[in-house]
Amino acid sequence: MDLLLTLVSIIMTAATPLLLAALGETVTERAGVLNLGVEGMMIMGAVAGFAGAALSGNPFVGVVAAILAGMAMALLFGFLTLTLLANQVATGLALTLLGLGLSALIGESFVGQPGIKLPSIGGIDPLVPFSFAMVAAVSWFLFRSKGGLIVRAVGVSHASAHALGYNVVGVRYLAVLFGGAMAGLGGGYLSLFYTPQWVENMSAGRGWIALALVVFASWLPLRVLAGAYLFGTISILSFVLQAAGVGIPSQFLSSLPYLGTILALVVISGNKALTRRNTPANLGQAFVPDR
Amino acid sequence: MRLEKRAERSNAMAIASPFIAFALTIVTAAIIFALRGNNPFAALYVYFIEPLTAMWSIEQTLVKASPLILIGAGLSVAYRANVWNIGAEGQLTAGAILAGSVPVFFPQWQSPLAFLAMIILGVLGGMLWASIPATLRNRFNANEILTSLMLVYVVQLLLDYLVRGPWRDPQGFNFPKTVSFSGWQTLPYLTSGIHVGVVITVLIALALGLVMSHTLKGFEIAVTGQSPRAARFAGFSEKSTVMFCFLLAGGLAGLAGAFEISSVVGQLQPQISPGYGFAAIIVAFLGRLNPIGVIFAGLLLALSYIGGEAVQTALQIPDKITRVIQGILLFYILACDTLISYRIVTSSPVLQKA
Amino acid sequence: MKAKADYLLEALNIVKVFGTLRANDDVTLKVRPGEIHAFLGENGAGKSTLVKMIYGALQPTSGEFRWMGEKVVVPNPAAARKLGIGMVFQHFSLFEALTVAENIALAMPGPFDLGVLSEKIARVSKDYGLPLEPTATVADLSVGERQRIEIVRCLLQEPKLLIMDEPTAVLTPQEADQLFKVLARLAGEGCAVIYISHRLEEVKRLCHSATILRHGKVVAHVDPTKETAASLAKLMVGGDIHVVHTPRKVTDGKTRLKLDGLNLAADGPFAVELKNISLDVKAGEVVAIAGVAGNGQGELFDAISGERHTKAAMLVMDGKPAGNEGVSVRRRLGGAFVPEERLGHGAVPGFRLSDNIVLTRHASDTDVVRSGLLQKNGAANVSERVIKDYDVRKGKPNPEARALSGGNLQKFVVGRELDRKPGILVVNQPTWGVDAGAAATIRQALVDLSRKGSAVLVISQDLDEIFEIADRIAVISRGQLSEAFPASQMTAEKIGLLMAGEHEVHHAA
Repeated sequence: MDLLLTLVSIIMTAATPLLLAALGETVTERAGVLNLGVEGMMIMGAVAGFAGAALSGNPFVGVVAAILAGMAMALLFGFLTLTLLANQVATGLALTLLGLGLSALIGESFVGQPGIKLPSIGGIDPLVPFSFAMVAAVSWFLFRSKGGLIVRAVGVSHASAHALGYNVVGVRYLAVLFGGAMAGLGGGYLSLFYTPQWVENMSAGRGWIALALVVFASWLPLRVLAGAYLFGTISILSFVLQAAGVGIPSQFLSSLPYLGTILALVVISGNKALTRRNTPANLGQAFVPDR
Repeated sequence: MRLEKRAERSNAMAIASPFIAFALTIVTAAIIFALRGNNPFAALYVYFIEPLTAMWSIEQTLVKASPLILIGAGLSVAYRANVWNIGAEGQLTAGAILAGSVPVFFPQWQSPLAFLAMIILGVLGGMLWASIPATLRNRFNANEILTSLMLVYVVQLLLDYLVRGPWRDPQGFNFPKTVSFSGWQTLPYLTSGIHVGVVITVLIALALGLVMSHTLKGFEIAVTGQSPRAARFAGFSEKSTVMFCFLLAGGLAGLAGAFEISSVVGQLQPQISPGYGFAAIIVAFLGRLNPIGVIFAGLLLALSYIGGEAVQTALQIPDKITRVIQGILLFYILACDTLISYRIVTSSPVLQKA
Repeated sequence: MKAKADYLLEALNIVKVFGTLRANDDVTLKVRPGEIHAFLGENGAGKSTLVKMIYGALQPTSGEFRWMGEKVVVPNPAAARKLGIGMVFQHFSLFEALTVAENIALAMPGPFDLGVLSEKIARVSKDYGLPLEPTATVADLSVGERQRIEIVRCLLQEPKLLIMDEPTAVLTPQEADQLFKVLARLAGEGCAVIYISHRLEEVKRLCHSATILRHGKVVAHVDPTKETAASLAKLMVGGDIHVVHTPRKVTDGKTRLKLDGLNLAADGPFAVELKNISLDVKAGEVVAIAGVAGNGQGELFDAISGERHTKAAMLVMDGKPAGNEGVSVRRRLGGAFVPEERLGHGAVPGFRLSDNIVLTRHASDTDVVRSGLLQKNGAANVSERVIKDYDVRKGKPNPEARALSGGNLQKFVVGRELDRKPGILVVNQPTWGVDAGAAATIRQALVDLSRKGSAVLVISQDLDEIFEIADRIAVISRGQLSEAFPASQMTAEKIGLLMAGEHEVHHAA
């Protein structure tokens, strides 16, 4: 029973950063914006979180720093793609490259320092229930509130939304900033709880997996939750098998999350009917109002 | 102040934009140096100018530029077609693994044919690895950005496994590396610093440039990227274009991998590239997605690597500044590119008296 | 129908400038309550621009609006809706993936309650004879049903002024009749209507007054009931309209394009399946396929052009089965194709005209491409010839396609194909969004090509155009094609019935 509890808690900690980042990107993509820079925002959140906690001695300062770092990166992305109308794919890649480089530079002086871990409340760290609450909140927002309807409308047809008088660019900025905040928080979780340390490139591709998760979940928050926990289980599987001394090379086990992501993408994308109906029709397209 | 679409793309801005972007990067880099407490002018000098003053550092720059140009040229073609191959780093690694199998299994095979075999295997390895995301996109409509990127992690883990396990040099004191390559299984050098790969790279980039501008294939790629429906209307097959672009970019990345392990690196080890596959993405954009422009962009980015090492040695600035400067450069390129299709207008469309 | 003396809306000396284009030049328009006011002009005259300003989606460069006698500024559509102005767009501003109720909720101010709103939608829509199901997803609805959403969306806000932009372009004749009933009822209730159209018979039937725009300027205010269609047309175009000259067709031409039981599965959840389509197009004739948007025209065009493949025998070109061949093969067999969308499908917007020549002629024309190498001079020569022969007006010598106006680009795209002297030409919506002069040029060119011995197939939503140029007419409805009747035997009413699928598809033995 103890073992089961331990396993469940390990899966939760593995799934939570994915869940947070993927929820944020879900809202961003629902508004029609494809932000490939999730990895960059996460890693910046990780380094900012660690630095914030280390410099202030308080891990909650780290959490705030992580969120702000993610939002700052998102703002940069938003400015380029929503105001300057730069190509969304290229800008997202740039955000990731910049984030990886900048975080390495900032984090250099923190390498090897022991981290300040977020206190757990009753054995559970607070961000796990928070992440569940966010799933409910995002779900309610998108499907039961006028604000969420506007976000979805902007993603489905920005031309129609504009014709009706909605501020498409403004809505998208907010969606992008939310995505940044969540990605930053997810990154902060890595350096403040998962392995309370700073290691260069510690996000290890989770931002990319979060992006795949959004597609896999057909942009539905509840499915994002399911997908994140599925991936959490796969990641933990590799550790468990390695610890159990099964004779599979560790590198193969470590590759399982990445292979799993590819498989998930293939399964979901191959179902044309499903993707056509659910994909926000204007995803990735710049909106240029005619004046 | 707002943006207004131009009636036509501005040719003047298309040429000027990379230069403006570079200038803005220099300014930003100077600010970063100043914030760290370094003299910005000294740092800029050491970073960008000094490496061009000594022959050996010029040679180093050319050697570093070779994989960047080779991969960047292939990526520039792919991106033109909206085929987003982000996994060039993995294709480079796959090419290196396959090419490296020759010295690992046949270290005694010393002849020009051995080298040729390595080259061909390098290209094949890259093509094979690139064919996976291409197929997944063609058959399952799976997003190639994510699949090609996931495969980078996978192949890097494969390499790690091989050099720590079955391919490890038994006389290597348990270090995770293969035997060192020697003789015909290494890249011939033209001068003391420049190997043959540099020349081959430039020739390939020039050839690709001609193909893009003068052949039907190049036309097909340009149409596919700009108007997929028009491409279908023209009779071009989207699936074969996707496969072609991936195989081209992958093959060139694999070739670059083969070149790297048979020269600078000299063996197979867990880390064989300082992220060339990703830096090449920046090279492709800086070069305006044109294989000829990529030659100059590659040289510039190679300079940024050398400069990074230089400021680390001379001024104790961590060489991680390199990736930051590269990322900032890409941002400025994308921002300046806006001015090609849009102009900045200062008047606002408010109700005015006639 | 007693109209009050005061004006409801006045647009005074409105000017709107886009760059160097004066879309509206000193336009004055006055509408009374309860009046159905037509707004006439050909494509590009500036009608849509003016109403967008009335609706707050655009701001005028100069000029003034007055609402019920008082000066007013309309900064955005929400403000317009608050004043009591509703707009039914020509290209619907609907959200396909959302439900009817959600679509309407997005245009309504105030608290958000889908339940209450849905009930209201069901009630009001039924009351006006335009029934809607609130939980239906828009993507599943026909074009006529989608327009109902736009209208009900306005009706729920109890408008004082309703603007309708080319509403009958997408309706069957019967659906148009229902719409006129609704508009007449609204006018009787005191609501004014601005009715934008270029369909003169309708305007004469429905409207109390008309303002006519040409090239951005008002040229006349008239009472349409006192004018003839011809006099209205002359005011719109400013001169005599070129009447298409159709010499009697050759009667013994051989079949050049044959569709034989063509079936094509739908390639997506919103596409139309083609079922058992059969048609012969003979040398020397123009056959037209009439149909309201969304009945499979695009799918049929793709099946004929070769973007989608069927079985070999389902499509025969000059005797050769070609149903499973690609586009380039069909072009080599003498086929030429002009799709509905000129920017992004028929031409690459960012490419110069000479490069757009290469787009469809690389496989069949060695002047343009030889041994895989582009012949830039050859392409430029062809481009210049097309520009000259079809009177394509452009600023620079070899501009990008998107720099051309709609009519000129369409002339270029059609001319590019006609210049090849194809044996078979298939065109989808030949003059959509094109000014009258260019439209006349294009239609004449299509007829001329057929009289030289080619087979010409035209798919169109414009019944006036079809009656002008077609020798035989078939109707496409829900992916099935009716028999092709001689034009002399067809009337708008019969076409309308076929559009609604009243007659089963049948063919002579």
